[in-house]
Amino acid sequence: MATKSLLQAIGEGLAEEMRADDTVMVLGEDVGRAGGVFRVTQGLQDEFGGGRVMDTPLAESLIVGAAIGLSANGMRPVAEIQFGDFITPAFDQIVNEAARFYYRSNGAWNCPITIRVPYGAVHGGGLYHSQSIEAWFCNTPGLKVVAPTYPADAKGMLKSAIRDPNPVLFLEHKRTYRLLKEDVPDEDYEVPIGAARVHREGGDITVVSYGFMLHTVLEIAGRISKEHGVEAEVVEPRTLYPLDRETILGSAKKTGKFLVVVEANLTGSVSGEIAAVVAREAFEWLDAPVMRLGAPDVPAAPFAKPMMDSFVPDAAKIEGAMLELARY
Amino acid sequence: MDVKGVQARHEGLGLTGEDLLKMHYYMLLARRVDERSWTLNRQGKAPFVISCQGQEAAQVGTVYNVRPGYDYLYPYYRDLGMTLFVGQSPRDQFLSIMGKREEPNSGGRQMPGHFSSRRLNIVTASAPVGVQYPQATGTALAFKVRGEDGVVLVCGGEASTSGGDWHEAMNFAGIHHLPVVFLVQNNAYAISVPEKAQVAGSIACRAAGYGFPGVEVDGMDVLAVYGAAKEAFERARRGEGPTLIEAKTYRITAHSSDDDDRRYREREEIEAWRRKDPILRFERYLEEIGVLDDEGREEAEDRIRAEVAEASRSAEEAPPPEPEDALGPVYAGR
Repeated sequence: MATKSLLQAIGEGLAEEMRADDTVMVLGEDVGRAGGVFRVTQGLQDEFGGGRVMDTPLAESLIVGAAIGLSANGMRPVAEIQFGDFITPAFDQIVNEAARFYYRSNGAWNCPITIRVPYGAVHGGGLYHSQSIEAWFCNTPGLKVVAPTYPADAKGMLKSAIRDPNPVLFLEHKRTYRLLKEDVPDEDYEVPIGAARVHREGGDITVVSYGFMLHTVLEIAGRISKEHGVEAEVVEPRTLYPLDRETILGSAKKTGKFLVVVEANLTGSVSGEIAAVVAREAFEWLDAPVMRLGAPDVPAAPFAKPMMDSFVPDAAKIEGAMLELARY
Repeated sequence: MDVKGVQARHEGLGLTGEDLLKMHYYMLLARRVDERSWTLNRQGKAPFVISCQGQEAAQVGTVYNVRPGYDYLYPYYRDLGMTLFVGQSPRDQFLSIMGKREEPNSGGRQMPGHFSSRRLNIVTASAPVGVQYPQATGTALAFKVRGEDGVVLVCGGEASTSGGDWHEAMNFAGIHHLPVVFLVQNNAYAISVPEKAQVAGSIACRAAGYGFPGVEVDGMDVLAVYGAAKEAFERARRGEGPTLIEAKTYRITAHSSDDDDRRYREREEIEAWRRKDPILRFERYLEEIGVLDDEGREEAEDRIRAEVAEASRSAEEAPPPEPEDALGPVYAGR
């Protein structure tokens, strides 16, 4: 077992699936010779050739539409959208097409495609290389939306996504690509879609988080344990749609104090859905109002550093929210 | 009339008298099924009907080149003539317009004309116009990656060429020489919007910009369409890439049963096109070459009338979906 970063783990997962299954293909912008703008697909074209690792024209609707058509003819394509911000031209193909295939054909046509999407705020990204786009897709029955944060989870969930008979949107937070390395198993394994992960057990408060925010939340959870004696239970949904309600509710009922920390805008968001589930299903166990911390309702993270830093919840804001909840 | 010259036309295309009668049968069947659908609509038994009338030659002439269950078909909502030819039945269509449980396209989930059959490689269709084109290129790419000689036929009306998906698909198909036949059935109207407000220049000529052939063909002439499609399919099977066919045709009916076309087009225009009816025109040809006479036409009509009546009756008797059918299936199991 070797330690790997998130992007290495995802690249390795892709290569292993392509070795194991001739029908697995990769297509997207710059995924071939360049190996992707983030280097996730580096080396794949050398190993599998330009037919199975294909640079597409710069046309997102085509990328996803072609992936759908490949899947209708026996293939298991993995499409890459270079930045989540550019997924909107493919919205029709994802939401109206891929996600509807199974239901609208009464189960005759399924659509086994995986769409990899780097997302999230990063310094210098500006409005159009930074967005958290998950909420757009978490109102779409027929689609699965996953957002693993840690390398070993990401590799196992990528395998699950590729092997899943349904369309899966696979979100990768850009700021976590090289943030840390961890042990990633060499043998074939899957991490199931639809299962949350409890990263840290605690009895005082529950914090649900994913993506770059999760790393900050875990760091602060350790700190407030030492400095304030507050034990936070930290839950990562890993799958944003459909949610693992059982794990989330189990933790909410255990601690009675519940906070969601995300980088996305709050209004109409995944955090709102999680909060609604807890407010309804764990009402009698709650000792405090369900809290949320996220980006303000402005379009996206700005380019200049001071503005971006004020847009994304930082460690001080997160610690403040966690202590406020603990003391409620 | 130079009968020999006329005969040479279908013979030159490699078609036998039997082929011609088969084409005639499916064109007429599509027309009669369509007409019966409007009757069911007026009787209050079918909430919505969308028609193929006027486009049967474009549809049957093209689909005659498809190997059902091997090649792939992305029909658009008027392509009843195609789906009947590759193996859906008149009863299937009646089940669909009446939203019956065993309706094969969607089990009553979709409006009529959203065709689907896994067995026949008819890929499930939806209502947003043009989304099928990128999908068709992907399906063709799968054939190419595996080294198979399958062909993908993808269809739409002239308005489907106005959006980006059509361009993206044409471009991608051209780059990779994909085995796709793009059939644009230019029926002169997108609901009320006439071709002159929809299409700049020529649709067929656009193919040249993508580096592959584009042909304009008389869509009311089944043999002309068949000939153009035959070449396109053969080209695709040889691995030489896509072809665009623009079939000039006409929508004889209103856009749908919910549309009143008196708001936007003259009756005289429709009557003029009715005189070019592709079925009547083909029948004149069949008579001229001695393949069909009055008796033969009556036989075909009788056979189809009985078939349509029985299919309609049987579909009416079929049970509707159960309310709980609305709840699934949403996700496929592993």
